[in-house]
Amino acid sequence: MLIKRPDDIKSSEITSKRDYLDRRTFIGGAAIFGAAAAAGTMVPWWLRRTGGGRVVQDDELTSYEHVTTYNNFYEFGTGKDDPAKNAHTLRPRPWAVAVEGEINKPGTYDLDDLLRGITIEDRIYRLRCVEAWSMVIPWRGFPLKTLIDRFEPTSKAKFVEFHTLHDVEQMPGQRRAVLPWPYVEGLRMDEAMHPLAIFATGLYGEDLPNQNGAPFRLVVPWKYGFKSIKSIVRIRFRETQPRNTWEIMNSDEYGFYANVNPDVDHPRWSQARERRLPGFRKNHETQLFNGYADEVGQLYAGMDLRRNF
Amino acid sequence: MSLSQWVRRVGKPVAFAVSLIPFVMLASSLYLGRLGANPIEEVTHRTGDWTLIFLLITLAITPIRKLTGVGVVVQFRRMAGLFAFFYAVVHFSIYLVFDHFFALAAIVEDVTQRPYVTVGFTSLVLLIPLAITSTKGWVKRLGGRRWTRLHQLIYVAAAGGVMHYLWLVKADTRRPVVFGLILVALLGLRLWRPRQRRRPKEAPGTGPAAPLTRSG
Repeated sequence: MLIKRPDDIKSSEITSKRDYLDRRTFIGGAAIFGAAAAAGTMVPWWLRRTGGGRVVQDDELTSYEHVTTYNNFYEFGTGKDDPAKNAHTLRPRPWAVAVEGEINKPGTYDLDDLLRGITIEDRIYRLRCVEAWSMVIPWRGFPLKTLIDRFEPTSKAKFVEFHTLHDVEQMPGQRRAVLPWPYVEGLRMDEAMHPLAIFATGLYGEDLPNQNGAPFRLVVPWKYGFKSIKSIVRIRFRETQPRNTWEIMNSDEYGFYANVNPDVDHPRWSQARERRLPGFRKNHETQLFNGYADEVGQLYAGMDLRRNF
Repeated sequence: MSLSQWVRRVGKPVAFAVSLIPFVMLASSLYLGRLGANPIEEVTHRTGDWTLIFLLITLAITPIRKLTGVGVVVQFRRMAGLFAFFYAVVHFSIYLVFDHFFALAAIVEDVTQRPYVTVGFTSLVLLIPLAITSTKGWVKRLGGRRWTRLHQLIYVAAAGGVMHYLWLVKADTRRPVVFGLILVALLGLRLWRPRQRRRPKEAPGTGPAAPLTRSG
């Protein structure tokens, strides 16, 4: 994964630039991509950030409007347009983050202190929802590893658990017990330390809008969207595997791993294809690990993905 | 103007136009790109809602007549039922075209493997004979009794429609539960009211689902 310093190129320019590139050159995957990157000329910098060059032909950016008005964030209501309507009550600053568990440096930190000295990068990732729709989103953020290393996890830290804010004043959707609050997610430590896993602090070159999980959230592009927990206030390092909210809700349908996999259907719908929004037809072939198999596949070597769904 | 003239010349055309409003609004919003990032999901959900609403309206007519004594409402029942069928067909067509693009194998897999699709699809199929036999000619051909029995399938279809919705949602069951409670109330009124009135001589044609044309 190539890392790029932040810059002030507007996302609108990114989109238009894509058009004159023959993207098929890069479908071949990491090998071609790597060679071209080594040559240093063939691959434009913004393509290097898409996760190993596995850009399929129609990975157009989803518009800012659609990214910010259509998502699941039940803390603000269960409708897809509820977060955009209701998230104005969230106060993303000042923001305290409790860091605890199997680490040498536990404590409650101010988010701005945590972010000091961290280089914010741009990353264009596909986002695949478990509901079989998908988007392509230009995030800003930094690898989880950057922050996790600072907390000095001990050898007992096998998993990391994240909590969303639980505050009915700021998150009116929490007045109803649609889900057990707070929302909880977790990763295995090696997943969390993978360079593709990022904390996002922005999208489309600006700070995260409240409805997209301000002030900072997880983005784990090879897993279904519900793994990418928003508005994080607690990070807990643990020896045992945490139970995530959707697994608690319905363990037959949602597992801990939740890796994107076209061959493992959700019990109520097929995961073989997806609707790339704002498209009409569900005609986009879903790829194993959401197209990031070359990068993350080895994390799951030898695992039965059907059982560990 | 007599009541029946009024129904024919004003009531029914107005009811027809009003019932079409959701469809026109949806179609125009879709055309104008006003349905957000996932227009097909939006159209699918809303036509599903309207199917259930029209099914409940259809099922509300007999209880309304019994509770209020206003008989004229029965003359709108066939139209309400046919609009339920219309919105169900639109709902299914969207699924057929945009979800599966006529891929029969995928649809068969859905219908056979996924209970919420099974029950929804079954409900749609059950509505087909009701739509076909909704004419006066079919009432005569079948005879009132058999026609009534056949059209009691709407109870099954409506229950199936509510289950379809309930089994589809991920966590927030409020809306399907509301639909379900209304349905239970409407079906409950059918069981409960006749017993109260059984003592005085029951007039013919006040059974649970009298043919549409009888009081027309």
